Amino acid sequence: MTVTPENESSAALPAPVVRVTPAADVALVATFGALLAVCSLTSITIGLVPVPITLQTFGVLLAGAVLGARRGALATLLYLAVGLAGVPVFAQGAAGLGVLATPSVGYLLAFPLVAWVVGLAVERIRHPRRWLLSTLAATLAATVVLYLIGVPVMAWRAGVPVSTALAWNLSFIPLDLVKAVLAAVVGAAVHRAFPDLLRRR
Amino acid sequence: MRGDRRGSAASGHAWSRSAGAARSSGFAGHVGAAGTAGTTVVHRASVPTKLASLAVLGVATVVLHGLVPAVTLLLVTVGLALLARLPRRAAFAGLRPVVAVVVVLGAVQWWQRGWMTAVEAAADLTTLVLGATVVLATSPIDDLLDTVVRASAPLRRVGLQPELVALTVMLMLRTVPALLDLTAEVRDAARARGLGRHPRALLVPMAIRTVARARATGEALAARGIGDEPRPRSAEPAL
Repeated sequence: MTVTPENESSAALPAPVVRVTPAADVALVATFGALLAVCSLTSITIGLVPVPITLQTFGVLLAGAVLGARRGALATLLYLAVGLAGVPVFAQGAAGLGVLATPSVGYLLAFPLVAWVVGLAVERIRHPRRWLLSTLAATLAATVVLYLIGVPVMAWRAGVPVSTALAWNLSFIPLDLVKAVLAAVVGAAVHRAFPDLLRRR
Repeated sequence: MRGDRRGSAASGHAWSRSAGAARSSGFAGHVGAAGTAGTTVVHRASVPTKLASLAVLGVATVVLHGLVPAVTLLLVTVGLALLARLPRRAAFAGLRPVVAVVVVLGAVQWWQRGWMTAVEAAADLTTLVLGATVVLATSPIDDLLDTVVRASAPLRRVGLQPELVALTVMLMLRTVPALLDLTAEVRDAARARGLGRHPRALLVPMAIRTVARARATGEALAARGIGDEPRPRSAEPAL
């Protein structure tokens, strides 16, 4: 390698070390915890779908896709802790420990694992060109993980057979697919805008 | 959205309306905290005690089967609510989100397993939600969040400092109203372009501006030296 003036000057100046400060991580985790709250409280209308859909699952998938496994899971944990402590951040402004008694608690408690799964996959993407498809695969797989925990817990808490809970769950699948696609698309866009967001493995 | 402050928890606007929503005291109204000043025995009990009792209640509803235990636990919880002088409005505000669940669940159980199971399931659910409402209504939200922070002390072992957890919680609460404003802004912009029903036009700008905001916040924190305290096993930047 030849020594170019550019290299010389960069040797003379301190290298621009991108320090991964805890402060940056704290801010990202806190902001995505807040984003989860906002996603749970707001709903959007899409195309021809008549009912407004809430974005809670989208937010969880996005947290994993944008922040990676560890910070994504921490953001969802923070959201759950704040919500269980009584701040109205769950869907429809629900809050508090009473949420633990509802049949849908399994979905809620699965969130950190779901974000972690997406993050784990996203951190392993090497080719920026494969971003969208790889992230989509990750969000779809994570949705399956969500069901694997959510459905049995719903069956247990509601006192119905797993098959019945599975049938109830069927009605969520179309919108969850939409949310998985949206999370992948938006996650890819965020990484195009901020290429240094993830620490690649 | 309901007009009154106490019951407005069901709407996200509760956040943006109250000017100081970010301050944790702004949330006190939502949990119907009419009597957070320690007036009754239930109010004076420490938050960890109350949370532990609630956990015991939860385990009891799961472990004890049958109609009699379920109804007994419900009566005990109602007694506690009366003892705490829980305002009727706060009790209903807490129960409202699960009324539909209780009704549907009761109907399904009645149909599939008979009325006894239905009553048991409905009573268990009502017990837990009412119990949680009592705990929340008799504990200042600051104490509850303090408990969260203290409960996170064992996380020190995996490298999370409780102070940092407290900071993160507060930062999150401050960020929610700002992000709600951001959402409204982005939504208006999308509508103005005739893209009101295009999720990408809404979600992509929202996500990018959220991350940009987080970046700026991180830099502001770092500039104030927050979160930069020497850590026992801090990874030195490789040179």
